[in-house]
Amino acid sequence: MPKSLISIHDFSKEEILHILDIAADFEKNPNQPILQGKVIATLFFEPSTRTRLSFETASNRLGARIIGFSDAGNTSVSKGESLKDTIKMVSNYVDLIVIRHPLEGSSRYASEVASVPVINAGDGANQHPSQTLLDLYTIRQTQGRLDNINIDMVGDLKYGRTVHSLLQALSLFDAPQFTFTAPEELSMPNEYKEFLKERGIPYHETTELSYGLNQADILYMTRVQQERFSDPMEYEKVKNCYSLTASMLDEAKPNMKILHPLPRITEIAQDVDDTPFAYYFKQAKNGMFVRMAIISYLLGYR
Amino acid sequence: MEQKGKELKVSAIENGTVLDHIPADQLFKVINILDLQHSPHPITFGTNLDSKMLGKKAIIKISGKFFKDEELNRVALVAPSANVNIIRNYEVVEKRKIAIPEIIEGIAKCSNPKCVTNHQKIKTIFTVITHNGATKLHCHYCEKETPIENVEVNSML
Repeated sequence: MPKSLISIHDFSKEEILHILDIAADFEKNPNQPILQGKVIATLFFEPSTRTRLSFETASNRLGARIIGFSDAGNTSVSKGESLKDTIKMVSNYVDLIVIRHPLEGSSRYASEVASVPVINAGDGANQHPSQTLLDLYTIRQTQGRLDNINIDMVGDLKYGRTVHSLLQALSLFDAPQFTFTAPEELSMPNEYKEFLKERGIPYHETTELSYGLNQADILYMTRVQQERFSDPMEYEKVKNCYSLTASMLDEAKPNMKILHPLPRITEIAQDVDDTPFAYYFKQAKNGMFVRMAIISYLLGYR
Repeated sequence: MEQKGKELKVSAIENGTVLDHIPADQLFKVINILDLQHSPHPITFGTNLDSKMLGKKAIIKISGKFFKDEELNRVALVAPSANVNIIRNYEVVEKRKIAIPEIIEGIAKCSNPKCVTNHQKIKTIFTVITHNGATKLHCHYCEKETPIENVEVNSML
């Protein structure tokens, strides 16, 4: 079975650092057509424009060609074709498959039936490892290190897969310190707190956005989605509590950077964009370099 | 069946396997897991028998059949209290508790409704993890954990 990237656990710490180093090289020279003559499939069984464009741009900058679909609606999936058959067929045609699917575990299964490497671009609420790698890349870029990072995670910590994977990835490095800022309904699940306890990694929980803000190296904001709340009044209350404005950042550490997997709605006010702390757009750009690195690594080119 | 005093006993077998201390309400799941409905061997079942340990227990005797360890260990999923007795020439030659396997393939159902194994024809694979005395199954596909007591057994084997 060729090497795939399905879960952040599939890569060792050394491989993660290797990917980040390749990505840094692509950032210096973004156009390196080392994959000329290769074909990459982007199979998006649910729409995700941001992730798809990032993978497709990464492929284009490497000189590869792209086939695929952005929505399963007009494919043979709507005729009842099994995931196995779709993957078997596509892996006859291409050198690498990028898959996004609403069902959890679908990407792992795809990697087991495919004859080519598979990259998981999101399987339901489970994993989205290229997001985790681009988060790590951005943290290293802004702080110059991955050890000893103080990170304040804010928003939907219950369902947010990006914060869960990032928490696990940062625990591979020395002395991370976590603050979890969330409304009670969306607090960090016990299994992740147990995970940290077992490793002796400290964390604090709070419902106040101001708590932990001034100690943080990284403020990792996530979107609080209305559909997670049974009571619409509760949502309105929470939405306003977790809205970051520029005036709240007066006492922040000078090296502090704000990250967000995007799209943001109301959780970061527009006036934050002009502060030196805003880094989420650069973070999104980094995603392209990291995806170039993942693709060329899995195809054995770097 | 023979009557001994007022107790109902299940008759002894010459050679084969006896599964004892099965919780009474799990009998049919055990039958399912061992695929006994398709077995050609003579089989005796008893259920709702009094048990000091379980309240009501069930017992299965299969004549002339010796299972592989991995077949029997799958029973642990629904009846972790069960005992295995190997009978040769009317003698119990081996008696042991069944052991929970490290990997469970194909018989347990993932409790996550959004797991791909509940939507496509895929054989489930779970890693058994024990943590603070609780046993959980970790799904190889969706990476979610299900406490062993909540595990449903797949009817289609």
